[in-house]
Amino acid sequence: MNKPRTIIEKIWDAHVVADKPGVPTLIYIDLHLVHEVTSPQAFDGLRARGLKVRRPDLTFATVDHSIPTTPRSLPITDQVAAAQVARLEANCKEFGIPYFGFHSEQQGIVHVIGPENGLTQPGMTVVCGDSHTATHGAFGALAFGIGTSQVEHVLATQCLLQQKSQTFEVRVEGALKPGVTAKDIILALIAKIGVGGGTGCVFEYTGSTIRALSMEERMTVCNMSIEGGARAGLIAPDDTTYEYLAGRRFAPKGAQWEAALARWRQLPTDEGAQYDRQVYIDAGALEPMITFGTNPGMAIPVTDPVPDPSGVADPMERESLAKALQYMGLQPGKPLLGQRVDVVFIGSCTNSRMSDLRAAATVLKGRKVNPQVRVLVVPGSQQIKREAEAEGLDRIFREAGAEWREAGCSMCIAMNGDQLQPGQYSVSTSNRNFEGRQGKGGRTFLASPLTAAAAAVTGVVTDVRTLL
Amino acid sequence: MKKFEKFSSRMVVLPVDNIDTDQIIPARFLKTISKEGLGDQLFYDWRYEADGTPKADFVLNKPESKQRQILLAGDNFGCGSSREHAPWALTQYGFRAVISTSFADIFKGNALKNALLPVTVPRDVHAWLFAHPESVVTVDLEARSIILEDGRSVEFPVDEFYRHCLLEGVDELGYILQQEDAIRAYEASRVCELNTLA
Repeated sequence: MNKPRTIIEKIWDAHVVADKPGVPTLIYIDLHLVHEVTSPQAFDGLRARGLKVRRPDLTFATVDHSIPTTPRSLPITDQVAAAQVARLEANCKEFGIPYFGFHSEQQGIVHVIGPENGLTQPGMTVVCGDSHTATHGAFGALAFGIGTSQVEHVLATQCLLQQKSQTFEVRVEGALKPGVTAKDIILALIAKIGVGGGTGCVFEYTGSTIRALSMEERMTVCNMSIEGGARAGLIAPDDTTYEYLAGRRFAPKGAQWEAALARWRQLPTDEGAQYDRQVYIDAGALEPMITFGTNPGMAIPVTDPVPDPSGVADPMERESLAKALQYMGLQPGKPLLGQRVDVVFIGSCTNSRMSDLRAAATVLKGRKVNPQVRVLVVPGSQQIKREAEAEGLDRIFREAGAEWREAGCSMCIAMNGDQLQPGQYSVSTSNRNFEGRQGKGGRTFLASPLTAAAAAVTGVVTDVRTLL
Repeated sequence: MKKFEKFSSRMVVLPVDNIDTDQIIPARFLKTISKEGLGDQLFYDWRYEADGTPKADFVLNKPESKQRQILLAGDNFGCGSSREHAPWALTQYGFRAVISTSFADIFKGNALKNALLPVTVPRDVHAWLFAHPESVVTVDLEARSIILEDGRSVEFPVDEFYRHCLLEGVDELGYILQQEDAIRAYEASRVCELNTLA
């Protein structure tokens, strides 16, 4: 009998093109997603060598990072961004790559449109020049971010030289309490293991809590694997996965669907397979989480006080925490509840899907946004935007006093003019609270769509459970 | 790519853990379609005032830092975004090596492709370097070691393939392109149902 394997090892083994001593393994890539920011220099590299794109039929491009989220009838006024978008369009045309452009009805955040269109499928290797490629792991795919040099490698050869990662099981068991979401699971994990805790590893999320999550919630969890240091994080496919995929534009159809299902059912980790590392999370004990510092590992239950650096033994760690609190303008030992908020951002590849918008709408329905707060709701794709409008969610947001915008990365990365002013505080459903991430001098609290919507209403950091 | 040769330098010291790539180069500079001109944007928000004047007390702005080729930083250097603009900006400033106790996976891969050597050292050596911030360090990739000013030689892990590529100035894509037969054989061996052009 064969040695029991994890799903991570099964996908890896199935994609080995060459394995030579003294050289990293050459692996094949099934889906390469491309966006405007990390690709222009890669296409230049191809031209300089006179190379073609080897598999345009396994490649897909869209624009998301640098585009405005104002109405699409308006032009891109930032000339540098406009040139970058134009360059991607020209590169796609030159190399024959399918592309959802700025005016496409299918445009959206690259990690939202892949799953939405059935491009992301179980057992695949998926890469993109973006660290949140981990999102696609929700489908039982081995999906990870790459740099621009590797974007060029994959465009040219559909292959990558890659070191095999360690396997790291993240087992989550139990039922979530009301007001606690997928976002709180992943924030709690990162707080537990730290932002470097998964370095060198791929996470597999297992356990009853994960099984009970919808595909959208699974994407939220996998999305932030990189914030725990793991390049990828995945969840074995099951009926929830197949139900989501069936009938999507690029998903297999008919006999091919049946054959694919039979293959996908072989993917889950074998009984008795060993992981290199493991961690356990008791979902029933989780509270709504929020970050207080300048990396995603600096997260606490929303009702907890801000941690005190004087209680930290390691000197550099103590200094880092003190520096973070100074940047954030927070007092150690004081509650975070009641902290003033200037902006609420609901969006990003972490939390911009229908269930996220619905969750925010349950809090905002029939309520008003606090007059001191600017609220941006940015759907992950134009398709989500239409679906939300058909459901009337846009009206709930607008009537509450929130802005309802076009699809894109927006204030998660603040490249497109959607940004905080120096000193402003935001509660954001995105994935990074690094210094200046949402605008130079801006201060970010990461949280779930529920917690973000609660802050929108009250104007301060709030335990959403008091509003449910 | 130029061959990576043995060199000695004093260090630029940044005693901060978990330095993310958004600090190394903020996202607003990523709208460029070029690899060039990023050295001045390195650590921009730590380095310049709101009006763009350099902060005199920030280490990169000190005149002596300009000649230094080694960055000494806290744990888990390069976490966050996959932007290769981070090693581009570091090398364009003049760095050839970064010393830390650990590096984020994507950053490490990107650095090795751009002749920027990530040097992982044990905690005690890391602490010694911080205690001797003006010391000269010799980086010897051939010997897989750094030599400290007190004469100690400290080995660091480096993948054999990347060591070879750096020492010989060979680029990785050239190697992958030579694997055409294996790639073709692999493609012929399996069902692939996705067609993004359909």
